[in-house]
Amino acid sequence: MKYEVVIGLEIHAELSTQSKVFCGCSTAFGAEPNTNVCPVCLGMPGALPVLNKKAVEYIVRAGLALNCEIANYSKMDRKNYFYPDLPKAYQISQFDLPFCKGGYLNIQADGKEHTVGITRIHLEEDAGKLVHTPGGTLVDYNRSSMPLIEIVSEPDMRSAKQAVEYAKAIRNILLFAKVSNCKMQEGALRFDANVSVRPFGSKSYGTRTEIKNLSSFKMLQKAIDYEYQRQVSMIEKGEKIRQQTLRWNESSNRIIALRSKEDAHDYRYFPDPDLLPVILSDAFIEDVRSKMPQMPEEKKKMYIEQFQLSEYDAEVLTANSELCAFYEEVLQDYNEPKIAANWVNVELMALLNQSDMLVEELPFAACDMAQLLQNIQSGKISGKMGKGVLADMFETGKSPEEIISAKGLSQISDTAELEKIADEVLANNPASVADYRAGKEKAIGFLVGQVMKATKGAANPQSVNEILRTKLNE
Amino acid sequence: MRLCDMPLYQLSAMLDEKSISAKEIAQDVMKRIGEANATVGGYITILDEKEIMESAQKTDERIAAGARRSKIDGIPYALKDNMCTKGIRTTCSSKLLENFVPVYNATVYEHLINAGGVLVGKADMDEFAMGSANENSALSFTRNPWDTKKVAGGSSGGSSATVASGQAVFSLGSDTGGSIRLPASFCGITGFKPTYSAVPRYGVIAFASSLDQVGPLTKDIRDTAIVLDEIVKYDDKDSTSAKIATNYAQNLNNNIKGMRIGVDASLVEATDEDTKAAVLTAIEKFKEMGCKIVDLSFNHNEIMVAAYYIISSAEASSNLARFDGMTYGVRREGENVIDTYVNTRSWGFGPEVKRRIMMGTFVLSSGYYDAYYKKALQDRTLIKHNFDAAFELCDCVLSPTTIFTAYDAGKKLEHPTDAYMSDVFTPMANIAGLPAASIPCGFAKNGMPIGLQLIGNSYQEQTLLNMAYAYQQETDFHLQRPKMTGEGEKDEV
Ligand SMILES: [Zn+2]
Repeated sequence: MKYEVVIGLEIHAELSTQSKVFCGCSTAFGAEPNTNVCPVCLGMPGALPVLNKKAVEYIVRAGLALNCEIANYSKMDRKNYFYPDLPKAYQISQFDLPFCKGGYLNIQADGKEHTVGITRIHLEEDAGKLVHTPGGTLVDYNRSSMPLIEIVSEPDMRSAKQAVEYAKAIRNILLFAKVSNCKMQEGALRFDANVSVRPFGSKSYGTRTEIKNLSSFKMLQKAIDYEYQRQVSMIEKGEKIRQQTLRWNESSNRIIALRSKEDAHDYRYFPDPDLLPVILSDAFIEDVRSKMPQMPEEKKKMYIEQFQLSEYDAEVLTANSELCAFYEEVLQDYNEPKIAANWVNVELMALLNQSDMLVEELPFAACDMAQLLQNIQSGKISGKMGKGVLADMFETGKSPEEIISAKGLSQISDTAELEKIADEVLANNPASVADYRAGKEKAIGFLVGQVMKATKGAANPQSVNEILRTKLNE
Repeated sequence: MRLCDMPLYQLSAMLDEKSISAKEIAQDVMKRIGEANATVGGYITILDEKEIMESAQKTDERIAAGARRSKIDGIPYALKDNMCTKGIRTTCSSKLLENFVPVYNATVYEHLINAGGVLVGKADMDEFAMGSANENSALSFTRNPWDTKKVAGGSSGGSSATVASGQAVFSLGSDTGGSIRLPASFCGITGFKPTYSAVPRYGVIAFASSLDQVGPLTKDIRDTAIVLDEIVKYDDKDSTSAKIATNYAQNLNNNIKGMRIGVDASLVEATDEDTKAAVLTAIEKFKEMGCKIVDLSFNHNEIMVAAYYIISSAEASSNLARFDGMTYGVRREGENVIDTYVNTRSWGFGPEVKRRIMMGTFVLSSGYYDAYYKKALQDRTLIKHNFDAAFELCDCVLSPTTIFTAYDAGKKLEHPTDAYMSDVFTPMANIAGLPAASIPCGFAKNGMPIGLQLIGNSYQEQTLLNMAYAYQQETDFHLQRPKMTGEGEKDEV
């Protein structure tokens, strides 16, 4: 029998607010342990939470970007459980009345477009971090009470590839909406995958397991593939799948059981009496909507209609918010959208792909790229030289001006100089001159090539062509 | 009368007249502590005498410079030991927090610092404010100044007994289901629980967040108004805090003619003989003063007590989860982290606290939530509606504060819930979030004080204060002082 996999994702994204969600502490990453803390995020006796308004604005923005319905009335609840990284022994989260409900996202995967339903997005606080040392386990509460949103999808994905594409698309949307920096290496984006299998054609769902805390797209893909295989082989052996919480172990590439349903926590959710229900007026929601940054769909349309980019170029640029931002920055100093798109999508992407780098890791700025394109536009260097300069910039981080002058790359545009070289070439190649004069147009190509060779490619071929024709027609 | 037995308003006036100094008041209070602390108790932590005197000295300097900050400036007071005081240990009367020194101040304490009050010490209480006799203190003891064989009431027993015995001029307590009014009634002083949200809760160690409210315990309702003016303030660190304009002391007046007082006769009937007689006399007094009595019939008493214990225990089970020995307080190590939790909490919490945590955990558990917690929230709404309806007919509600007067310490109750059913008059004000006061209205045959409860509509503190003020103008129950052992013969005025 053939089995299909059914996947739903819970995505945790850290919001990029300046301060934490219930206190004024900084959210900056990488501070000394336990320095971005106060009585509130340490859960000191008597301390009380105050909801960060910016965090509410951000989750509403995320909800609007993901086509959700925004609740006029929502509340914060307590999720009770003991763990040393949770100083209050409860997490402030949302239970039955989240800020956002019923959205969707269209993704491209397996050569088709799919719609993934979004059940809800709720706001919650992060926990601290356990640090295991030889001397014992320590807790760093810098991350405690950082603002998180949890985006819960419907079980709408049918392959690991779709799940990864969905996760990537969510990341892209959050970046475009400017609500999270989504830095996966800092844990700002984490995935929980709910996985079940069922025979193709079956309408009902199989028993699902939940793989917790996957912190990269690669891990997401591998864990789902592994879990699919595991469940299929269990079914084929006639074993029953248990509802379980699992953890992906990256070093052994295996799945480890955390707990089964029988010993699942009873979180005893109840409304947090320290926080009032949140009432969002339609005016507030409209205000957030009106201040939304441009989302990928909108940008794509603009690129095609106003910039005359191809559908493909527009798609490539808007599928990657950093690339898109880089592109728009280039345009600020070099207003030729089509040429710039070509350079960014083809030349720059080739370099990035070769070295497996991200746009944000580029050693030069968008204005440097713009300067390079200006040099080509003005004819100072050729397009071909430009590609070499770009590769150098990529390698060294030096500015285009610096590279051009250091390598003496500028095209010879001094006519007197070129005429001298042209005269020499004509004198040295009488046969070709004769051919041209006898009507063999093609002979000019050879002569141009000789001039280019003599200038080591630094001449503008078009100017050379003109100079030679004038001389030959004299 | 000795300085330590005088009401705040009087001492304040004497300070302004410069007929006494803040140091003299502090000295007398310290002297009384020396006399009464062994028998009445009431404190968990008493500050260094040097520290107290320095604080009083500063007031005297301000007075000399004509810059007295408030009517509280220079007045010695006690804080219930559930209010965080930076650098001064704050225990909630629990073994778990016996070594806990806060790194920050509760907002109410900040207000009193700014007003120039002289903190004398941290008052004893039932552990985590759970109890009505102050017999659940794990770290100290408190007895009734009128008869030290009897209980002071709880949970703000220390806040009440210290004021009643002259070991503080006023104090702050907290009231979740009657914890200010009950001990005030037992000790014959004035206790006031403001409207929920009136006094900031930031830095007050929570028992039940939706019910807790800080308020003053004083010797005179005029003192209450003065203290309320200093602590009823908006706090942006407390999301439930309200913005209220206050000028209670200034606006105090005793013209209560035409005020409508709601009385549910069944509540008065439920009390012991002495209490009933005193309350009925008080009702007559109000009539004499031109008030109109309106018959009320609250049919919510039974569900009210159940709802109160379900909601308060549910919130407490979550609020007290943080006392796990991880980041502060006492830790009792175990083999692993679970053992450490179990050891710490089993050792650190007393039986009453454990009982409430278990009860609260149970009512929030899946499968029981709807039958208990959700039902209790519905009852809460119903009780609020009952009061809304009552306040259509009257300006305040009058009842006894307690069923009986202070009883013998150590008296074992048959069943823990018997104690729960004994405080049936006070929790309704917390459930409905309303302001409520307990004022002295008489003495039982055995000499123990009797309290009268007045409940007002939301934010109608002034109405309650005026009612109590008018009553105290016409009566002298609040002027009586218990005899303190070791008291000197030469009384001064
Ligand atoms: Zn903080």
